[in-house]
Amino acid sequence: MGLELKNFYDDFRDAKTIKAYAKVIKKDASELNRDINIMEVCGGHTHTIMKYGLPQLMPKNIHFIHGPGCPVCIMPKERIDHAYLLSMQEDVILVTLGDMIKVPGSHGSLQDARSKGADVRFVYSPMDCLKIAKEHPDKKVIFFAIGFETTTPMTAALIDTVIKKEVSNIYFHINHVTVPEAMAMLAPSKIDAFLGPSHVSVISGSKIYEPFPEKFNKPVVVSGFEPVDVMQSIGMIVKQFVEGRCALEVEYKRAVNREGNVMAQALNNKYFEQREHFRWRGIGDIAKSALKLKDVFAHLDAEVIYQDILPTQEIDDHKLCICGEILKGEKNPKDCKVFGTACKPSNPLGSCMVSSEGACAAYYKYGNLL
Amino acid sequence: MCLSIPSKVVKIDKETNSATVDTMGVQRDASLDLMAEDDVQIGDYVLLHIGFVMNKIDKEDALESLKVYREIIEKMDEEDRQRAILEDDECPNRGE
Ligand code: SF4
Repeated sequence: MGLELKNFYDDFRDAKTIKAYAKVIKKDASELNRDINIMEVCGGHTHTIMKYGLPQLMPKNIHFIHGPGCPVCIMPKERIDHAYLLSMQEDVILVTLGDMIKVPGSHGSLQDARSKGADVRFVYSPMDCLKIAKEHPDKKVIFFAIGFETTTPMTAALIDTVIKKEVSNIYFHINHVTVPEAMAMLAPSKIDAFLGPSHVSVISGSKIYEPFPEKFNKPVVVSGFEPVDVMQSIGMIVKQFVEGRCALEVEYKRAVNREGNVMAQALNNKYFEQREHFRWRGIGDIAKSALKLKDVFAHLDAEVIYQDILPTQEIDDHKLCICGEILKGEKNPKDCKVFGTACKPSNPLGSCMVSSEGACAAYYKYGNLL
Repeated sequence: MCLSIPSKVVKIDKETNSATVDTMGVQRDASLDLMAEDDVQIGDYVLLHIGFVMNKIDKEDALESLKVYREIIEKMDEEDRQRAILEDDECPNRGE
């Protein structure tokens, strides 16, 4: 049989296959006399799980815990304030990805900055910075870089081009975060197994999860983004418990291998190094969980160049917000007193309501299915 | 943001090291800067992320998954058939 592009879209979303897997999971789970809490680390998975109503297809003893894998949601307010303050500089054009538009910091969002006259541009690709810089040689273009391992190499590729082509007016504010450190921080909680991220793993390879079965005794199954992928992966996790195994397995074999994209990794290693720690909104400080530009590239680092105007003081979320507990699997968005009332996607009080990949936002959008 | 989409490579431009890909009828250009030289060929399926080709999708593995899915549906159909027969067997009105 040949393979067509539509196979990737239709077959991996096929309702009949989803139902078939629901049956297999039910049968296997009935052999367990315990509950299993599965954390989907990645916000993309949270979105798929809510959109296709997968929680309703699960037997009573299988639970989803929605993890911290939404790069916009975990960005602490003080860093959003950095973007806002940089954009307010006279000669600066602040460039970032569209996901950042509405995220509120303590002064407001980047959309608010723009309505106050700041030059903020939302682009599809980091490479769009090159064109903007060329058109505005008298301005400083600052790329506010966000995202997990999936997105880091694209920033590195832009840095590489900037250096090779000797572009003199592009700077970087780096907010790239890394998944395994956050998983390790959450592993000791009531999570029994992890659904491993799809595209983080494409770049980093499945090897980054090897410590989890070994050190934390938690199975990991790297899953694709489509609902059929998620159902199959849940089935694989349940099977491991039935058979008394604890292993790292890859369901998303068509895109993920052990080593990942080594070229992308090399590019990352050329320009970035680990930060001592990074504060995740709603969770707190996680050691070595983010990247920064290496010191030799400090002349490109907006965080260094503008250090006098960028505050480092931490700013906490609204006191009613329970995002931190949600991300640790201790509570559900519906347990929050202001969910859907004072806190909505149009007026988010906390991090999980900000992006469509956040747990509260996914519940708000698809909650009528529950 | 992290949603990367499967696309098919329709053209390669060595000069700019980029590929033109088709995503369900929409054509766009994507950088090949994150891929090894000559790794990506016309007709390959790739994942696209913020303007870059991020990897190649393994056709064999994709077909293998689709095969597994078909088997599991067939198995379900077969189980349903068996159950229907069983239920029929248990029908108290049978033979009357
Ligand atoms: S509903 Fe809003 S305030 Fe409540 S936990 Fe979610 S993001 Fe925080």
